Amino acid sequence: MRIAIPVDEQSMESGVCPSFGRAPYFLFYNTVTEESYYLDNGAVASQGGAGIRAAQVIADHGAGVLITPRCGENAEEVLRRSEVLIYKSIPGTAKQNIDAYEAEQLVLLSDFHPGFHGHEK
Amino acid sequence: MKNSGVRIAVLSGKGGAGKTLLSVNLAAAAGKSVYIDCDVEEPNGHLFFKPQIARENDVTVKVPFVTESLCSGCRKCVDFCKFNALAFIKSKPYVFEEVCHSCGGCMLLCPQNAIAERNKAVGKELEGVSQNVTVKTGILNTGEASGVPIIKKLLEACCDCGEPVFIDCPPGSACIVMESIRDADYCILVAEPTVFGAHNLGMVFDLVRLFKKPYGVVLNKCLEGENPAEQFCAEHKARVLGRIPFDSELGMLSSEARIAVRESERFGALFSNLLKTVMKEVRHEAASYTQR
Repeated sequence: MRIAIPVDEQSMESGVCPSFGRAPYFLFYNTVTEESYYLDNGAVASQGGAGIRAAQVIADHGAGVLITPRCGENAEEVLRRSEVLIYKSIPGTAKQNIDAYEAEQLVLLSDFHPGFHGHEK
Repeated sequence: MKNSGVRIAVLSGKGGAGKTLLSVNLAAAAGKSVYIDCDVEEPNGHLFFKPQIARENDVTVKVPFVTESLCSGCRKCVDFCKFNALAFIKSKPYVFEEVCHSCGGCMLLCPQNAIAERNKAVGKELEGVSQNVTVKTGILNTGEASGVPIIKKLLEACCDCGEPVFIDCPPGSACIVMESIRDADYCILVAEPTVFGAHNLGMVFDLVRLFKKPYGVVLNKCLEGENPAEQFCAEHKARVLGRIPFDSELGMLSSEARIAVRESERFGALFSNLLKTVMKEVRHEAASYTQR
Protein backbone atom coordinates (compact mmCIF):
# COMPACT_ATOMS: atom_id res chain seq x y z
CA MET A 1 0.00 0.00 0.00
CA ARG A 2 1.29 3.44 -0.94
CA ILE A 3 0.46 6.32 1.40
CA ALA A 4 0.52 10.00 0.39
CA ILE A 5 0.87 12.89 2.86
CA PRO A 6 1.06 16.66 2.16
CA VAL A 7 4.19 17.88 3.98
CA ASP A 8 5.89 21.20 4.70
CA GLU A 9 9.42 19.81 4.27
CA GLN A 10 11.08 16.85 2.56
CA SER A 11 11.53 14.85 5.74
CA MET A 12 9.75 12.09 7.65
CA GLU A 13 10.01 14.42 10.64
CA SER A 14 8.14 17.19 8.80
CA GLY A 15 4.76 18.28 10.03
CA VAL A 16 1.69 17.52 7.93
CA CYS A 17 0.86 20.58 5.81
CA PRO A 18 -2.45 22.18 6.85
CA SER A 19 -3.35 22.62 3.16
CA PHE A 20 -3.72 19.71 0.77
CA GLY A 21 -3.95 21.40 -2.65
CA ARG A 22 -1.38 24.08 -1.82
CA ALA A 23 1.11 21.91 0.12
CA PRO A 24 4.71 22.42 -1.07
CA TYR A 25 5.51 18.68 -1.20
CA PHE A 26 3.88 15.30 -1.13
CA LEU A 27 5.47 12.39 0.69
CA PHE A 28 4.82 8.95 -0.79
CA TYR A 29 5.52 6.00 1.50
CA ASN A 30 5.32 2.33 0.58
CA THR A 31 4.17 0.32 3.61
CA VAL A 32 5.56 -2.95 2.19
CA THR A 33 9.04 -1.88 1.11
CA GLU A 34 9.18 1.01 3.66
CA GLU A 35 10.61 3.19 0.89
CA SER A 36 9.65 6.81 0.55
CA TYR A 37 10.06 9.69 -1.88
CA TYR A 38 9.00 13.31 -2.13
CA LEU A 39 7.37 15.20 -4.95
CA ASP A 40 7.12 18.95 -5.56
CA ASN A 41 3.47 19.93 -5.72
CA GLY A 42 3.03 21.45 -9.18
CA ALA A 43 -0.44 22.64 -8.19
CA VAL A 44 0.89 25.03 -5.58
CA ALA A 45 0.91 27.98 -8.00
CA SER A 46 -2.35 27.09 -9.80
CA GLN A 47 -4.82 29.94 -10.10
CA GLY A 48 -7.63 27.56 -9.45
CA GLY A 49 -8.36 23.87 -9.24
CA ALA A 50 -5.26 23.21 -7.12
CA GLY A 51 -7.10 20.51 -5.18
CA ILE A 52 -8.13 18.72 -8.37
CA ARG A 53 -4.57 18.80 -9.70
CA ALA A 54 -3.07 17.68 -6.40
CA ALA A 55 -5.56 14.82 -6.13
CA GLN A 56 -4.68 13.86 -9.69
CA VAL A 57 -0.99 13.56 -8.72
CA ILE A 58 -1.89 11.39 -5.72
CA ALA A 59 -3.96 9.11 -7.93
CA ASP A 60 -1.36 9.05 -10.74
CA HIS A 61 1.29 7.89 -8.27
CA GLY A 62 -0.85 4.94 -7.33
CA ALA A 63 -1.50 5.90 -3.71
CA GLY A 64 -4.29 3.97 -2.03
CA VAL A 65 -4.37 6.21 1.03
CA LEU A 66 -4.09 9.95 1.61
CA ILE A 67 -3.49 11.31 5.11
CA THR A 68 -4.44 14.99 5.34
CA PRO A 69 -5.95 17.40 7.88
CA ARG A 70 -8.45 18.74 5.34
CA CYS A 71 -9.54 18.31 1.78
CA GLY A 72 -11.88 20.15 -0.60
CA GLU A 73 -14.95 18.73 -2.31
CA ASN A 74 -13.42 18.64 -5.79
CA ALA A 75 -10.27 16.86 -4.62
CA GLU A 76 -12.44 14.43 -2.69
CA GLU A 77 -14.39 13.70 -5.88
CA VAL A 78 -11.20 12.85 -7.80
CA LEU A 79 -9.83 10.73 -4.94
CA ARG A 80 -13.08 8.85 -4.31
CA ARG A 81 -13.53 8.08 -8.00
CA SER A 82 -9.87 6.97 -8.13
CA GLU A 83 -10.45 4.75 -5.08
CA VAL A 84 -8.05 6.57 -2.79
CA LEU A 85 -9.10 6.48 0.88
CA ILE A 86 -8.76 9.76 2.78
CA TYR A 87 -7.75 9.59 6.45
CA LYS A 88 -7.68 12.54 8.84
CA SER A 89 -4.18 13.34 10.05
CA ILE A 90 -3.28 13.69 13.74
CA PRO A 91 -1.02 16.41 15.19
CA GLY A 92 2.61 15.40 14.81
CA THR A 93 5.10 14.41 12.14
CA ALA A 94 4.57 12.54 8.89
CA LYS A 95 6.28 9.52 10.50
CA GLN A 96 3.92 9.58 13.50
CA ASN A 97 0.97 9.69 11.11
CA ILE A 98 2.25 6.70 9.15
CA ASP A 99 2.74 4.78 12.40
CA ALA A 100 -0.76 5.74 13.51
CA TYR A 101 -2.20 4.58 10.18
CA GLU A 102 -0.41 1.23 10.45
CA ALA A 103 -1.66 0.84 14.01
CA GLU A 104 -5.18 1.51 12.66
CA GLN A 105 -5.52 4.57 14.86
CA LEU A 106 -6.56 7.02 12.11
CA VAL A 107 -10.16 7.72 11.14
CA LEU A 108 -11.53 8.48 7.69
CA LEU A 109 -11.95 12.18 6.92
CA SER A 110 -15.64 12.92 6.69
CA ASP A 111 -16.07 16.67 6.24
CA PHE A 112 -14.96 18.26 2.99
CA HIS A 113 -14.89 22.03 2.60
CA PRO A 114 -16.46 23.67 -0.46
CA GLY A 115 -13.11 25.12 -1.53
CA PHE A 116 -11.89 28.67 -1.71
CA HIS A 117 -12.15 29.16 -5.47
CA GLY A 118 -14.13 32.11 -6.71
CA HIS A 119 -14.59 33.51 -3.21
CA GLU A 120 -12.37 36.49 -3.80
CA LYS A 121 -14.00 39.76 -4.63
CA MET B 1 -21.49 64.62 -28.68
CA LYS B 2 -24.90 64.40 -27.05
CA ASN B 3 -25.78 62.81 -23.74
CA SER B 4 -27.46 59.99 -25.57
CA GLY B 5 -25.79 56.63 -25.64
CA VAL B 6 -23.01 57.42 -23.17
CA ARG B 7 -22.18 54.64 -20.78
CA ILE B 8 -21.38 55.67 -17.24
CA ALA B 9 -20.09 53.08 -14.80
CA VAL B 10 -20.42 53.60 -11.06
CA LEU B 11 -17.91 51.71 -8.95
CA SER B 12 -16.32 51.53 -5.52
CA GLY B 13 -13.69 49.46 -3.80
CA LYS B 14 -16.11 48.16 -1.19
CA GLY B 15 -19.77 47.34 -0.78
CA GLY B 16 -22.12 49.84 0.84
CA ALA B 17 -20.26 52.93 -0.39
CA GLY B 18 -23.24 54.14 -2.42
CA LYS B 19 -22.96 52.70 -5.95
CA THR B 20 -26.60 51.70 -6.11
CA LEU B 21 -27.81 54.91 -4.45
CA LEU B 22 -25.91 56.96 -6.98
CA SER B 23 -26.57 54.96 -10.14
CA VAL B 24 -30.29 54.48 -9.40
CA ASN B 25 -30.77 58.19 -8.68
CA LEU B 26 -28.71 59.36 -11.66
CA ALA B 27 -30.75 57.10 -13.95
CA ALA B 28 -34.00 58.35 -12.39
CA ALA B 29 -32.83 61.96 -12.73
CA ALA B 30 -31.86 61.40 -16.38
CA GLY B 31 -35.42 60.46 -17.28
CA LYS B 32 -35.22 58.28 -20.38
CA SER B 33 -32.25 56.09 -19.59
CA VAL B 34 -31.01 52.57 -18.99
CA TYR B 35 -29.96 51.25 -15.59
CA ILE B 36 -27.92 48.04 -15.59
CA ASP B 37 -27.25 46.17 -12.36
CA CYS B 38 -23.97 44.34 -12.91
CA ASP B 39 -23.67 43.37 -9.25
CA VAL B 40 -24.89 39.94 -10.27
CA GLU B 41 -23.96 38.26 -6.98
CA GLU B 42 -26.37 40.46 -5.06
CA PRO B 43 -28.34 42.73 -7.40
CA ASN B 44 -30.43 45.27 -5.52
CA GLY B 45 -31.20 48.12 -7.94
CA HIS B 46 -34.47 46.39 -8.86
CA LEU B 47 -35.63 46.76 -5.25
CA PHE B 48 -35.69 50.53 -5.83
CA PHE B 49 -37.06 50.56 -9.39
CA LYS B 50 -39.53 47.69 -8.89
CA PRO B 51 -39.69 47.22 -12.66
CA GLN B 52 -42.39 45.31 -14.51
CA ILE B 53 -40.37 42.40 -15.86
CA ALA B 54 -40.89 42.17 -19.61
CA ARG B 55 -38.14 39.75 -20.54
CA GLU B 56 -36.21 37.02 -18.75
CA ASN B 57 -33.45 34.92 -20.30
CA ASP B 58 -31.10 32.26 -19.07
CA VAL B 59 -27.41 33.05 -19.47
CA THR B 60 -25.38 30.02 -20.46
CA VAL B 61 -21.73 29.12 -20.87
CA LYS B 62 -20.17 26.30 -22.86
CA VAL B 63 -18.78 23.34 -20.92
CA PRO B 64 -17.14 20.23 -22.35
CA PHE B 65 -19.09 17.03 -22.68
CA VAL B 66 -17.12 13.81 -23.13
CA THR B 67 -18.43 10.88 -25.15
CA GLU B 68 -16.57 8.09 -23.38
CA SER B 69 -17.05 5.54 -26.17
CA LEU B 70 -15.02 7.79 -28.52
CA CYS B 71 -12.30 8.63 -25.93
CA SER B 72 -8.99 6.82 -26.39
CA GLY B 73 -7.69 7.94 -22.99
CA CYS B 74 -4.75 9.89 -24.48
CA ARG B 75 -5.03 12.46 -21.68
CA LYS B 76 -4.18 15.42 -23.93
CA CYS B 77 -7.23 17.38 -22.77
CA VAL B 78 -6.43 16.88 -19.08
CA ASP B 79 -2.81 17.93 -19.47
CA PHE B 80 -3.86 20.96 -21.53
CA CYS B 81 -6.39 22.44 -19.12
CA LYS B 82 -4.61 25.25 -17.26
CA PHE B 83 -7.62 25.69 -14.99
CA ASN B 84 -7.49 22.07 -13.78
CA ALA B 85 -11.11 21.64 -14.78
CA LEU B 86 -10.40 18.14 -16.11
CA ALA B 87 -9.22 15.18 -14.08
CA PHE B 88 -8.07 11.82 -15.45
CA ILE B 89 -9.93 9.13 -13.60
CA LYS B 90 -9.70 5.48 -14.56
CA SER B 91 -8.24 6.46 -17.96
CA LYS B 92 -11.08 8.85 -18.87
CA PRO B 93 -11.40 12.64 -18.51
CA TYR B 94 -13.78 13.85 -15.82
CA VAL B 95 -15.17 17.39 -16.08
CA PHE B 96 -15.45 19.85 -13.17
CA GLU B 97 -17.92 22.21 -14.79
CA GLU B 98 -17.73 24.94 -12.15
CA VAL B 99 -13.95 25.19 -12.58
CA CYS B 100 -14.17 25.33 -16.41
CA HIS B 101 -13.52 28.73 -18.02
CA SER B 102 -15.23 27.76 -21.31
CA CYS B 103 -12.07 28.25 -23.40
CA GLY B 104 -12.94 25.31 -25.65
CA GLY B 105 -9.31 24.19 -25.82
CA CYS B 106 -9.97 20.60 -24.79
CA MET B 107 -12.53 20.21 -27.56
CA LEU B 108 -10.17 21.60 -30.22
CA LEU B 109 -7.31 19.43 -29.01
CA CYS B 110 -9.07 16.07 -28.78
CA PRO B 111 -7.71 13.84 -31.59
CA GLN B 112 -10.77 11.56 -31.35
CA ASN B 113 -13.38 14.36 -31.43
CA ALA B 114 -14.70 12.83 -28.25
CA ILE B 115 -15.36 16.21 -26.65
CA ALA B 116 -18.34 18.35 -27.59
CA GLU B 117 -19.70 21.44 -25.87
CA ARG B 118 -23.03 21.86 -24.21
CA ASN B 119 -24.76 24.89 -22.73
CA LYS B 120 -24.87 25.21 -18.99
CA ALA B 121 -27.03 27.89 -17.34
CA VAL B 122 -25.07 30.07 -14.89
CA GLY B 123 -27.71 32.73 -14.25
CA LYS B 124 -30.36 35.00 -15.66
CA GLU B 125 -30.79 38.42 -17.20
CA LEU B 126 -34.02 40.30 -16.59
CA GLU B 127 -35.32 43.41 -18.25
CA GLY B 128 -38.19 45.63 -17.22
CA VAL B 129 -39.38 49.22 -17.11
CA SER B 130 -39.79 51.69 -14.27
CA GLN B 131 -41.29 54.98 -15.52
CA ASN B 132 -38.80 56.13 -18.20
CA VAL B 133 -35.99 53.90 -17.04
CA THR B 134 -35.20 50.56 -18.64
CA VAL B 135 -33.96 48.35 -15.82
CA LYS B 136 -31.67 45.43 -16.57
CA THR B 137 -30.64 43.02 -13.87
CA GLY B 138 -28.24 40.10 -13.90
CA ILE B 139 -28.52 37.27 -11.41
CA LEU B 140 -25.76 34.72 -10.90
CA ASN B 141 -26.91 31.26 -9.81
CA THR B 142 -25.83 30.30 -6.31
CA GLY B 143 -22.61 28.32 -6.33
CA GLU B 144 -21.34 29.61 -9.68
CA ALA B 145 -17.81 30.98 -9.59
CA SER B 146 -17.95 33.87 -12.05
CA GLY B 147 -20.52 36.47 -13.06
CA VAL B 148 -18.51 37.60 -16.08
CA PRO B 149 -20.67 35.79 -18.69
CA ILE B 150 -23.80 37.45 -17.29
CA ILE B 151 -22.23 40.91 -17.32
CA LYS B 152 -21.10 40.38 -20.92
CA LYS B 153 -24.65 39.48 -21.87
CA LEU B 154 -26.14 42.48 -20.01
CA LEU B 155 -23.79 44.94 -21.67
CA GLU B 156 -23.57 43.58 -25.22
CA ALA B 157 -27.20 44.37 -25.99
CA CYS B 158 -27.03 48.07 -25.21
CA CYS B 159 -24.14 49.37 -27.27
CA ASP B 160 -26.31 51.69 -29.35
CA CYS B 161 -29.61 52.10 -27.57
CA GLY B 162 -29.30 55.89 -27.87
CA GLU B 163 -30.06 56.56 -24.21
CA PRO B 164 -27.61 57.24 -21.38
CA VAL B 165 -26.67 54.01 -19.65
CA PHE B 166 -25.83 53.80 -15.95
CA ILE B 167 -23.87 50.72 -14.98
CA ASP B 168 -24.08 49.73 -11.31
CA CYS B 169 -20.86 47.75 -10.86
CA PRO B 170 -20.06 44.99 -8.38
CA PRO B 171 -17.88 46.10 -5.46
CA GLY B 172 -14.11 45.77 -5.58
CA SER B 173 -11.70 45.76 -8.50
CA ALA B 174 -11.68 42.13 -9.66
CA CYS B 175 -12.53 40.58 -13.06
CA ILE B 176 -16.27 41.21 -12.79
CA VAL B 177 -15.65 44.92 -12.24
CA MET B 178 -13.20 45.06 -15.15
CA GLU B 179 -15.83 43.46 -17.37
CA SER B 180 -18.43 45.99 -16.15
CA ILE B 181 -16.30 49.05 -16.99
CA ARG B 182 -14.66 47.68 -20.12
CA ASP B 183 -16.84 49.57 -22.59
CA ALA B 184 -17.78 52.45 -20.29
CA ASP B 185 -17.22 56.00 -21.55
CA TYR B 186 -16.84 57.39 -18.06
CA CYS B 187 -16.36 56.02 -14.54
CA ILE B 188 -17.71 57.48 -11.31
CA LEU B 189 -15.90 56.36 -8.17
CA VAL B 190 -17.99 56.50 -4.99
CA ALA B 191 -16.22 56.80 -1.65
CA GLU B 192 -17.03 57.02 2.05
CA PRO B 193 -15.37 59.58 4.33
CA THR B 194 -13.25 57.07 6.27
CA VAL B 195 -9.68 55.79 6.15
CA PHE B 196 -11.06 52.48 4.91
CA GLY B 197 -13.14 54.35 2.34
CA ALA B 198 -10.04 56.19 1.08
CA HIS B 199 -8.13 52.90 0.83
CA ASN B 200 -10.93 51.33 -1.22
CA LEU B 201 -11.12 54.45 -3.36
CA GLY B 202 -7.43 53.88 -4.10
CA MET B 203 -8.20 50.40 -5.46
CA VAL B 204 -10.75 51.58 -8.02
CA PHE B 205 -8.69 54.70 -8.73
CA ASP B 206 -5.81 52.42 -9.78
CA LEU B 207 -8.19 50.29 -11.84
CA VAL B 208 -9.73 53.11 -13.91
CA ARG B 209 -6.28 54.55 -14.55
CA LEU B 210 -5.03 51.16 -15.65
CA PHE B 211 -7.97 50.99 -18.07
CA LYS B 212 -7.30 54.60 -19.14
CA LYS B 213 -10.90 55.58 -18.41
CA PRO B 214 -11.94 59.15 -17.73
CA TYR B 215 -13.20 59.30 -14.16
CA GLY B 216 -14.43 61.50 -11.35
CA VAL B 217 -15.21 60.95 -7.68
CA VAL B 218 -18.45 61.35 -5.75
CA LEU B 219 -17.97 61.67 -2.01
CA ASN B 220 -20.83 59.98 -0.17
CA LYS B 221 -21.99 60.23 3.46
CA CYS B 222 -20.21 63.55 3.86
CA LEU B 223 -20.02 65.03 7.36
CA GLU B 224 -18.41 68.13 8.83
CA GLY B 225 -14.73 67.64 9.53
CA GLU B 226 -11.98 65.70 7.87
CA ASN B 227 -12.66 63.36 4.96
CA PRO B 228 -9.83 60.93 4.16
CA ALA B 229 -11.40 60.17 0.76
CA GLU B 230 -11.38 63.88 -0.10
CA GLN B 231 -7.74 64.09 1.02
CA PHE B 232 -6.99 61.18 -1.30
CA CYS B 233 -8.59 63.10 -4.19
CA ALA B 234 -6.55 66.21 -3.40
CA GLU B 235 -3.31 64.23 -3.19
CA HIS B 236 -3.96 62.36 -6.44
CA LYS B 237 -5.54 65.26 -8.32
CA ALA B 238 -8.78 63.33 -8.78
CA ARG B 239 -11.73 65.48 -9.78
CA VAL B 240 -14.53 65.59 -7.18
CA LEU B 241 -17.84 65.66 -9.05
CA GLY B 242 -20.01 66.19 -6.03
CA ARG B 243 -20.88 65.41 -2.45
CA ILE B 244 -23.81 63.51 -1.00
CA PRO B 245 -24.46 64.43 2.63
CA PHE B 246 -24.76 61.94 5.48
CA ASP B 247 -28.45 62.62 5.85
CA SER B 248 -31.17 60.87 7.81
CA GLU B 249 -33.89 61.61 5.22
CA LEU B 250 -31.78 60.06 2.47
CA GLY B 251 -30.95 57.11 4.71
CA MET B 252 -34.63 56.62 5.51
CA LEU B 253 -35.67 56.75 1.85
CA SER B 254 -32.99 54.24 0.92
CA SER B 255 -33.83 51.87 3.75
CA GLU B 256 -37.41 51.81 2.47
CA ALA B 257 -36.17 51.14 -1.09
CA ARG B 258 -37.58 54.45 -2.34
CA ILE B 259 -35.83 56.51 -5.01
CA ALA B 260 -34.81 59.85 -3.52
CA VAL B 261 -34.99 61.69 -6.87
CA ARG B 262 -38.63 60.66 -7.33
CA GLU B 263 -39.73 61.45 -3.79
CA SER B 264 -37.76 64.42 -2.51
CA GLU B 265 -37.33 67.82 -4.13
CA ARG B 266 -34.16 68.45 -2.21
CA PHE B 267 -32.49 65.26 -3.42
CA GLY B 268 -34.04 65.59 -6.85
CA ALA B 269 -32.11 68.83 -7.18
CA LEU B 270 -28.94 67.34 -5.72
CA PHE B 271 -28.81 64.37 -8.09
CA SER B 272 -29.92 66.46 -11.11
CA ASN B 273 -27.03 68.83 -10.48
CA LEU B 274 -24.68 65.91 -10.07
CA LEU B 275 -25.96 64.45 -13.35
CA LYS B 276 -25.31 67.79 -15.11
CA THR B 277 -21.77 67.85 -13.77
CA VAL B 278 -21.19 64.25 -14.84
CA MET B 279 -22.55 64.82 -18.34
CA LYS B 280 -20.43 67.94 -18.74
CA GLU B 281 -17.36 65.92 -17.72
CA VAL B 282 -18.28 63.11 -20.09
CA ARG B 283 -18.58 65.54 -23.02
CA HIS B 284 -15.35 67.25 -22.07
CA GLU B 285 -13.52 63.92 -21.74
CA ALA B 286 -14.97 62.63 -25.00
CA ALA B 287 -13.81 65.79 -26.77
CA SER B 288 -10.30 65.66 -25.34
CA TYR B 289 -10.15 61.94 -26.06
CA THR B 290 -10.88 62.55 -29.75
CA GLN B 291 -8.10 65.15 -29.86
CA ARG B 292 -5.55 62.74 -28.39
